[in-house]
Amino acid sequence: MKLDPKSYAKMVRRASPPSPVGKDCLWAFFVGGGICLAGEVLRQTYLTWYDAEMAGTLTSITLIFASAVATLLGWYQKLAAHAGAGTLVPITGFANSVVSPAIEFKTEGWVTGVGAHIFGIAGPVIAYGTLASWVWGALYWAMSKGG
Amino acid sequence: MSIRRKDTLVFEKPPVIAAWAAVGGKREGEGPLASGFDLLVEDSAFRAENCPGWENAETLLQTKCAGLCLRKAGISADQVTLAFAGDLQAQCTASAYAMRGLGIPFAGLYGACSTMAEGLCLGAAFAGAGYSERTLVMTSSHFCAAERQFRTPLVYGGKRTPTAQWTATAAGACLLRPAGAAGVPVLSVTFGRVQDYGIRDINNMGAAMMPAAASTLLAYFHTFDAVPGDFDAVITGDLGVVGSELLRAQMAREGYDLFNHLDCGCLLYDRNRQDVQAGGSGPGCSASVLCSWILPQLRRGEWKRVLFLATGALMSQTTFLQGESIPGIAHAVELGTPKGEKNG
Amino acid sequence: MNYLWAFLVGGGICVVGQLLIDYTSLSPARILTGYVVAGVVLSAAGLYAPLADLAGAGASVPLLGFGHLLAQGVCRAVDETGLPGIFTGGLCAAAGGIAASLVFALLAALVGRSRDQS
Repeated sequence: MKLDPKSYAKMVRRASPPSPVGKDCLWAFFVGGGICLAGEVLRQTYLTWYDAEMAGTLTSITLIFASAVATLLGWYQKLAAHAGAGTLVPITGFANSVVSPAIEFKTEGWVTGVGAHIFGIAGPVIAYGTLASWVWGALYWAMSKGG
Repeated sequence: MSIRRKDTLVFEKPPVIAAWAAVGGKREGEGPLASGFDLLVEDSAFRAENCPGWENAETLLQTKCAGLCLRKAGISADQVTLAFAGDLQAQCTASAYAMRGLGIPFAGLYGACSTMAEGLCLGAAFAGAGYSERTLVMTSSHFCAAERQFRTPLVYGGKRTPTAQWTATAAGACLLRPAGAAGVPVLSVTFGRVQDYGIRDINNMGAAMMPAAASTLLAYFHTFDAVPGDFDAVITGDLGVVGSELLRAQMAREGYDLFNHLDCGCLLYDRNRQDVQAGGSGPGCSASVLCSWILPQLRRGEWKRVLFLATGALMSQTTFLQGESIPGIAHAVELGTPKGEKNG
Repeated sequence: MNYLWAFLVGGGICVVGQLLIDYTSLSPARILTGYVVAGVVLSAAGLYAPLADLAGAGASVPLLGFGHLLAQGVCRAVDETGLPGIFTGGLCAAAGGIAASLVFALLAALVGRSRDQS
């Protein structure tokens, strides 16, 4: 065959339609911005009763709850099919990545299905986030001793 | 008897596809080929039948498809002498559980999306050699079973890339009989060789499988000194729009104008209306297009000779994550029109 | 003004994620992991706190904010308890979000079922 992997890679790049970046970014901006705006409305509301830290935590919990409901009804997936990173990057996307395997793997049992898969997507986020904070904590401790 | 010419088996007395059936889901029922399907299910989860999960739903697709095919052939399951069946599920469970219910001698196949052609090649060889009187060849795929096994949970929010393909929720079944019976003749079968040109993008299967399709097609053309114009259509399995464009470009480089090329992945859905990115895929895609659209046209004599070339991508989730490139395969089945029963 | 900044900054952070998806071969899982680690780094470098002051939820709701939360938590725990704080600080600060996700996920699994996308 008149084909080699190198020239084929070039052929494939030319033939593959690119992602519609402009449209994707508009969706991501408005949906992602909208979720953050909703978060800010919640935060300001909670600030009337709580301090900044608790208001932030309650904001997260409320958004996670909303995401869980939207995931349950299949709405989050439908929105994400357009919004891309707009639904991926906010905390609601994290919640969706925990809720969706829990629902999906119910058929494989509560422990071996739901329990084992619940962090299948979000696990790496927590693992490497924790490691990064541990490294930074150690540096911070060393700096505070040194300084 | 058959004659072996390089990678092709040519049947002097061609076995025939005596009966066939296609079953599809909701999205397939909204596509352009809907009217050719024998059964379209609105609820792909089969909740009314208390189906416990997506894997079981795919088994039901096969069970219903086999039942329809056998009813059209006018025979019962215990008259079937051998079944070749396959699907995408790990360990091919959709087929195995369907066969548990049918009780037919069963050989399970795995050729990813090429399985229907692989099954027809083997089924025709067995029928041609007189090893099996009534052979059932069947494949299926289920969007939801594939999605949860290979990608992400169904309610997970993700955006598909434009080169991604949509796994069909569909099944197709053919009953093969030795020469002499009425039906669409299988003139020759060509077993493909695995091709790998280093594609690693799991969202661009059409590109990964194209070299396999081109290689099998060229093997056939070179062996028989044939050209695309010898056929009414050359129909690939599920290259999608990207793989189809690449195939036509590659064949042009080799000196063949593939003007009569069609692709099951592009035929099953209307890409302008239905959100399927580059087209359909899955073993059920080519099988259901074959049984809902290609075989009826051959039987009616609208087409005289067609090359059905189903393609498969042979990686796994594990080899993909380990950084392996994606090997492809394509098997070709040459189909003719029934003799002496024009416009029947 | 709070609301406008929350919208603009939050939307902007998502656009960066979208550009990464469209222009690189990074999978969403890698982008999320990268965002959290980047949040820790930006917070450690002292860059994220000013953004959070300006944009409020626009900075805390995206996963970069999750990283910022972990980094802030570990600093406070080290201030309070010394070296052991490097183990407890991060996850303590993030506990609310993680626990809420797990509890709501299990409740959703109790009442929900997988759905076809067709």
